[in-house]
Amino acid sequence: MDPRPKFIIALTIFALSLMFMNIIVLLLLFIVQLPIVRIAKSLRRWFNSVKGGAVLAALIFVMNFLTGSTLVFSAAMTLRFLVLVSAFSLFFMTTSPDDLGLALEKARLPYTLSFTFTTAVRLVPTIALEAQTIIDAQRSRGLELERGNLLQRIRKYIPILIPLIVSAIRRSTELAEALESRGFGATKNRESLATLKMKPIDYAATIITAALFLVGIYAYFSIPIPSLETEIRLAPLWSF
Amino acid sequence: MRMIEVRGLHFSYDGKEVLHNINMTISDGEFIAIMGENGAGKTTLVKHFNGLLKPTRGEVYVDGVSTKKSTVAHLSRKVGLVFQNPDHQLFSETVFQEVAFSMRNFGYSEETIKKRANFILETLDLYPYAEASPFTLSGGERKRVALASVLVSDPKHIILDEPTIGQDYQQKDKLRNFIIQMNAQGRTVIIVTHDVEFVVDCKPRVVLLSRGSILADDAYDTVLSDSQLVEKASLVSPQIGLLMSSLSDLSFNPKILDIYQAKAAIEQRLCKTVSKTV
Repeated sequence: MDPRPKFIIALTIFALSLMFMNIIVLLLLFIVQLPIVRIAKSLRRWFNSVKGGAVLAALIFVMNFLTGSTLVFSAAMTLRFLVLVSAFSLFFMTTSPDDLGLALEKARLPYTLSFTFTTAVRLVPTIALEAQTIIDAQRSRGLELERGNLLQRIRKYIPILIPLIVSAIRRSTELAEALESRGFGATKNRESLATLKMKPIDYAATIITAALFLVGIYAYFSIPIPSLETEIRLAPLWSF
Repeated sequence: MRMIEVRGLHFSYDGKEVLHNINMTISDGEFIAIMGENGAGKTTLVKHFNGLLKPTRGEVYVDGVSTKKSTVAHLSRKVGLVFQNPDHQLFSETVFQEVAFSMRNFGYSEETIKKRANFILETLDLYPYAEASPFTLSGGERKRVALASVLVSDPKHIILDEPTIGQDYQQKDKLRNFIIQMNAQGRTVIIVTHDVEFVVDCKPRVVLLSRGSILADDAYDTVLSDSQLVEKASLVSPQIGLLMSSLSDLSFNPKILDIYQAKAAIEQRLCKTVSKTV
């Protein structure tokens, strides 16, 4: 599928999740992505990326609840975060950096900017692998990341972050030199080997998404959506 | 006591089995080269020796203790692993601090740390750089810093992952002598490499891996002179081996891999031929 309708889907989910604070709507927005995950055959990767946001989601829930919001509202804010994480994870999982670059070029973004963006995306798995190698190297010298109090454990990440950052800077310098040596940026008129062409399914997806967005706007202003709101809340921390 | 025992080791990663039924024993003070093509599982195998990886099935024992029951911190006191790329570990402000890092993790006193770190810096010709930033050193020097930072805690057994990558001939020669010296001091040395010429110079026992399985485990001349085995492991036979193999129809021993032995064999044949002619 063309990356542009995929981005429109992600953006629509993003916009609708920000418009509505109703937990039922947010749950619907979360569930509506599941068939897309199934079609993309990315269930495990999608689940891992949503799981990756679990700690932050828990923090959002706790912070909302502790500052006086109701239980349902706190859950809605948490769900909104997960909807956003899920939508954009799905987009990046199903879109190759090359297609992303072509889409950005079609959107008339300067090639150097779109290349920077797609290279950054492309290097994420490489850097993740390198981080694991660095962790292994430091653990082989007796570093125990799981020991100590919170501050001690944070400090133990210094021997991992420094080599990672140095390596990233070195890699980017070498990449820049290699690109310049191959004429990068020499001309503004670049030919692409591949081009993007919207197919009937892409048009259909775009139209359906646009229609759903309009329905969402109409529902926001005109349709009273049932609420699960309760009065279960803590007194705000500052009232103690 | 046997140092490392690997029994029925299977290891899977992301649902794919990368090591199949590995069985081997490494005795104290042995010198071993683990060889094979890229992706054969060499680094994956040695990472089991200091507990970085745990077997999916089977067992790995270090000095009689299963690695499944030991932490990496505990095993790394006995098994030092020098990674291929020194830049994956350098982070300290000075070379001295970098070298002292592991000993601080192991809880040694500052006095002991100072003594040992200075000793190892002198041994590896790094003492002049003790207060320098490791990031300002050359590639070869950084590699020596990485080696020093592992050797400083005096592990009984040392693993070097691809030690010859990026090294010029002189540095390789120094490294070879240093490895032989470490082994002569009673340390078990394991090198992971696909540099056949370096292995021929070092003359260790060779364990040949291919696609996660052991193809051969024998003396270096037996393994590396077998062209079929070498080809199966996607390696290239040593130059002397190729020469002697091409002369095997003239009754030269194709198992000769050492240049001096080859020279002696050719000289002997020439003398015989000359004396017959005369």
